[in-house]
Amino acid sequence: MSETVTITINGRKVTAPVGVTILTAAQDANIYIPSLCHNEELTPYGSCRLCLVEITHNGRTRMVASCIYEVAEGLEVQTETTRVQNVRKLVVDLLLIRNPTSPVLLELAEKVGLASPTFEPEIKGCILCGMCVRTCREVVGVSAIGFKGRGITKAVATPFDMSPEDCIACGSCAYVCPVNVIPMTEKNGVRKIWNTEFEMQNCKTCGRAIAPVKQLDYFKKRVDLPDNQFDECAHCR
Amino acid sequence: MEKLQSPSALKEFQGKIKAGRDAEKICITICAGTGCLAYGTQKLIDSFKVEIAERKLQDKVELKTSGCHGFCERGPLIVIHPKGIFYQRVGLEDAGEILDTTIIKGEIIERLLYVDPMSNEKVTLENDVQFYAKQNRILLGMNAQIDPTSLEDYLAIGGYEALGKALSEMTPRGVIDEVIEANLRGRGGGGFPAGWKWDSTAKAEGSPKYVICNADEGDPGAYMDRSLLEGNPHSILEGMLIAAYGIGSSEGYIYVRNEYPLAVKNVNLAIEKATQLGLLGDNILGTDFCFNIKIYRGGGAFVCGESSALFASIEGRSGEPRAKYVHATDKGLFDKPTSLNNVETLANVPLIIRNGAKWYQGIGTEKSKGTKIFALVGKINNTGLVEVPMGITLREIVYDIGGGIPDGRKFKAVQTGGPSGGCIPAEHLDMPVDFDELTKLGSMMGSGGMIVMDEKTCMVDVARYFLKFLEEESCGKCTPCREGVHQMRLILDRITEGKGKEGDIEKLQSMGQAIADGSLCALGASAPSPVLSTIRYFRDEYEAHIKDHKCPAGVCKSLITYTIDPEKCDGCHLCFKPCPTGAISGEKKQLHTIDQDKCIQCGACYEVCKKATAVIVE
Repeated sequence: MSETVTITINGRKVTAPVGVTILTAAQDANIYIPSLCHNEELTPYGSCRLCLVEITHNGRTRMVASCIYEVAEGLEVQTETTRVQNVRKLVVDLLLIRNPTSPVLLELAEKVGLASPTFEPEIKGCILCGMCVRTCREVVGVSAIGFKGRGITKAVATPFDMSPEDCIACGSCAYVCPVNVIPMTEKNGVRKIWNTEFEMQNCKTCGRAIAPVKQLDYFKKRVDLPDNQFDECAHCR
Repeated sequence: MEKLQSPSALKEFQGKIKAGRDAEKICITICAGTGCLAYGTQKLIDSFKVEIAERKLQDKVELKTSGCHGFCERGPLIVIHPKGIFYQRVGLEDAGEILDTTIIKGEIIERLLYVDPMSNEKVTLENDVQFYAKQNRILLGMNAQIDPTSLEDYLAIGGYEALGKALSEMTPRGVIDEVIEANLRGRGGGGFPAGWKWDSTAKAEGSPKYVICNADEGDPGAYMDRSLLEGNPHSILEGMLIAAYGIGSSEGYIYVRNEYPLAVKNVNLAIEKATQLGLLGDNILGTDFCFNIKIYRGGGAFVCGESSALFASIEGRSGEPRAKYVHATDKGLFDKPTSLNNVETLANVPLIIRNGAKWYQGIGTEKSKGTKIFALVGKINNTGLVEVPMGITLREIVYDIGGGIPDGRKFKAVQTGGPSGGCIPAEHLDMPVDFDELTKLGSMMGSGGMIVMDEKTCMVDVARYFLKFLEEESCGKCTPCREGVHQMRLILDRITEGKGKEGDIEKLQSMGQAIADGSLCALGASAPSPVLSTIRYFRDEYEAHIKDHKCPAGVCKSLITYTIDPEKCDGCHLCFKPCPTGAISGEKKQLHTIDQDKCIQCGACYEVCKKATAVIVE
């Protein structure tokens, strides 16, 4: 059995394994902390600031991102203080400027108690949570997309805004995007993503599209599979 | 040059250099800091060389080009030793005259003397200049004594003595304890005790350990680190060497912005020369201690001064901060134990080791020891770098050293701590300046920017200016800083345009608090400070903009009108020409008027109006 520590969350004693984050410990204990840029498959990033909580440890109280901060014996966590709520409300309010119609954001607004947005929209769609960029780098392993610019002009982009050479059209970025702003279409055996067209591989037997050729080639190379591995779809194989 | 093989060999070598120096020899020291070079000082240096040769004075007169002396307002600066004659605003063609009159005949050139703005009297000697009199220039004073490209010059004033002492007489632990006892606090803004940082790094698990000099100075108007690196690069290397010896580090970096080409050049040269003499590199002074320094040039992003962003930049990633729940002293650069110290912090280290912690404790206040260099800029007579003991009052800095406010105007506030610091009003002028007192007033020490504002400065406009700077320098990673600072700036834009609304002040305050609480790094966490501190001390100005649609300082264009007072206008016609839109009409010796439809509120007429009595701003 792994080593555990005991912390308190909103006064309630919670036991959690050493090395997990406050957010994980809270989720395991069924205590809700809103989060947006967090995904357990990715390295904690701490950019959206929704999951901030107030902690007291060794007599010192401060705000930390619960998706990064690891549990420690005797840690006291408060998830619903006024300071915490004010930050959450402001964060959702600010993100709604970029994407006022996103169901995910509207649901969060309700959960954090933001009655109505207080800023004029400046619609950009993307909320810069970085899930796409991080998934592409950490899970897919190709780093086909990244950030460009900084501050308010920061944006997710392909290198030099050109067709992304390293993209395998796997669509993971579009899949993880919480606000659904990465367009991906598939028509006549061609997948279009990041303004680039990718040829799909069809099943030799049934003719249905399996996946982009480039993605399958990447798989074959990465795990050393035979060349004809994906000639047929999983169904016909 | 042969490598010195032991600390005692260094002592001997140093003794020879000192013995070869003649303190009575005439030495013309020309300030060649960036400020004076911008005045064209290089031309003056070149002409001195020619004129000295023409008069065959080479053996009698030494010409030294030094780093920044600090009194940038009065450059080009020359000090003639041993007497210490101080010439300022020296003309680029004045070399011959100075040689003939002052060096050969021994007479003073009255024209080049400094006139004290308070007493209106001429001052002959550098030591008598009020600007310097109240300073304690333990760091900047060295700048004025040495040629930054000369290792011999640095050795002649006791340079590398501290390194020799550390290596021969002190244990690494002893070095750290000495710096802890001195209570040297970080000059980059945080004020964290450097000795404790070294202690944690020394005790941390992991290898290699890094010592990094943070020279990514980026506050608008601040240039003390630049001046130290340019003017006395060896002192920074020596500080790093001592830190590395204490910590047990063999690799160091200097992260310096590429906008500081002279600093980069002088540090590179210093590394080369120190390595040749065996003061840097492998087996320093014949001991087992090895330390190498690499220079990493930054692209000029303000946020890269933040430790984790700086590490990301050196690691080859974009300069974005990360959450620092594990200290850099445990996991810093490349996730290895790292001690990151600011330039000025490191510059203090050799002095502490050479003179002892007790000596250092004798300067400053109870909790802030030593001196601090401030970049005194803005609406102040004596613009420049000032090095003062901690605990000096703001009033002494502004009036005794700074010479007060130009044109007899009234002091309004001083912004300390850079763009994310705060504005301190006149009522706190008698407060002692140290880390803790500035924080109490809602500002901070920061890296030492000090921007003076007078009654013609609009505090809402100032807050807007700093916020705009921070908005542009935000890395954009976290929501509160990226979006929140931008939105706060939009509200300030509205207020300065006369479109402020009831509740704007409260909105700015609540947003400011949430941004401070919620941001990922110190840039975002302190970004609201200029707004919050100006609301705290100058709320009436915000209210005047919002409720009365007036800018009391007469700065915000949308809120002011220029009119001509018919009682006072004597028809001098001076305002007619500068008006760029032809809004002013009137014949000579007759009443002039301003067409409000054409007026763009540029203020050109106001500037030229005789004593600004006829043109009124409202």
